[in-house]
Amino acid sequence: MSVQQGTAHRPWVDRILSINGWIIFGFLYLPILILVIYSFSDSKVVGIWGGFTWKWYGRMLTNPEMMGALANSAKVAIVSTVVSTVLGTMAALALDRYRKWLGKGAFDVIMYLPVIIPEVTMGAMLLIWFTQVLPINLSIWTIILGHIAFSASFVAIIVRARLANLDDSLEEAAMDLYANRWTTFRRITLPLIIPGVLGGALLALTLSLDDVIITEFVQGPGASLLPVYVFGLIKRQVTPEINAVSTLMLGISMVLVFVSLAFQARANASGSNKEE
Amino acid sequence: MTLLDDRTSEEANPELEKKAERAESWRGFFVALPTYVFLVLFFVLPLIIIAVISFAERSRTGKPILGEWTLEWWIKLGDPLVRSVTFRSIWLAFLNTAFSLLLGYPFAYWIATRKKAMTRNFLLVLVLIPFWSNFLVRTYAWRTLLDSNGMITKIGEATGLWGKMLFTEPAVFLGLLYGYLPFMVLPLYAAIEHLDWNLVEAARDLYAGAWKAFRKVTLPLSMPGIIAGSILVFIPSLGAYVTPDLLGGSKTTLLGNYIVTQFKSGRNWPFGAALSVTILVIMMIATVIYFKKGGKTL
Repeated sequence: MSVQQGTAHRPWVDRILSINGWIIFGFLYLPILILVIYSFSDSKVVGIWGGFTWKWYGRMLTNPEMMGALANSAKVAIVSTVVSTVLGTMAALALDRYRKWLGKGAFDVIMYLPVIIPEVTMGAMLLIWFTQVLPINLSIWTIILGHIAFSASFVAIIVRARLANLDDSLEEAAMDLYANRWTTFRRITLPLIIPGVLGGALLALTLSLDDVIITEFVQGPGASLLPVYVFGLIKRQVTPEINAVSTLMLGISMVLVFVSLAFQARANASGSNKEE
Repeated sequence: MTLLDDRTSEEANPELEKKAERAESWRGFFVALPTYVFLVLFFVLPLIIIAVISFAERSRTGKPILGEWTLEWWIKLGDPLVRSVTFRSIWLAFLNTAFSLLLGYPFAYWIATRKKAMTRNFLLVLVLIPFWSNFLVRTYAWRTLLDSNGMITKIGEATGLWGKMLFTEPAVFLGLLYGYLPFMVLPLYAAIEHLDWNLVEAARDLYAGAWKAFRKVTLPLSMPGIIAGSILVFIPSLGAYVTPDLLGGSKTTLLGNYIVTQFKSGRNWPFGAALSVTILVIMMIATVIYFKKGGKTL
């Protein structure tokens, strides 16, 4: 559906709207662009152009703390994404495909809370829980647990939206043909919801790679992640090396955007049989 | 919907049907069980404990002492300093929501009313990129822009309109606006794009002016998007930590960094717990208003 002839705007309204639109795009993109440009500047001061250089990227790659944090980030992101995708998908299936079960109402509420709770509250409560109640030392594993605790809900919401758009006639047909539950899930349900599952996984990955607050609360000594490490660097002193690592992080975000757009396009193409 | 809904053999026998239903109910429970257990262990119980801890005495190192209770931390919320931090946070979150809406609405409207689907999708991707981009990096960009050598400072000095803004409240506001504007635009876009334009056309046919048709038809119909966007901007702005920490100074402390301070250098965990519960309650009130007014459109 789009605007009909009868509701088209007068030309001057349209002109103002598009000028305003491009100004806002400028507002959204110029700061990022300037940040990337100064990562190539041969000057210690960000904001003064000193000619083109790759040296800040070289510095970044040979900084052992930075690379250690990057490796930790990758580890945490992969483990938390895999676990939260499995947990989130199972939760979505239970909520959408099974009509009534013990504690479903409460679960439905609990599942959504991590999405709307402020991150500081989540970080503080996990810190108290890990250090004052459970006998665990803070480490990379407590970071992973924290990341799963907020990502699983996002995955569940996305997969559930996908399930809600698919009716269950194909699954019923498979069951009528004597496929058991597991076969039905593997051969029918999973292929149909896979775009939603992958979309959820990408969101979980992005959330994990972006998180500063929760990680800062539950990280152990010596097991920092890249965003938290960079956050500390910025607070100490701004250097072009930070621009270089920022450009790297933007690059990773950008790859994830395009992968997720590709999945979405495929999801729309494969179509959901209820939407017609 | 259950998988067993219209199986005639079981419908014929109510006993069997009941049994099948019970089995089905157990299966649902077991599918949810791992996530259920995980969330109870790492979300529900910690949430209860933080509320309990806010009533605990604190030890010398700032940690809570379980078994010794006090109302001190909740009373401390009334201190002038704490009150000013809380009000500043609510005020900035509100201001940011209002400005995001003011800038975001015409912007989303413009994108959603482009005639070609190709143009709409292209512009939408341009909004999605900053939406998915690393938040810390986007905030850092403003730190360099607003610093003494930053482009914005130089423009301000050249025109004589403003000086170095870094570590002031306007800087925090700009950072919040920049950080969360895409969160406003996306739900607005979804609401406006799905709008039934025939209704707007009908209003115009009945001699409503363009402005009146917008005010009486388009705007009310896009309300779910307005409310969803406002909540998506308000909640993270209220709990903001990275933005005020990087762009603000000691005079612009917001609830987010005030809470983190309690757990680190402030050495007062129970008070930090009370503040965390407070921010949660403010957020809950905002969300309830949203669900009452906007329906379920998250």
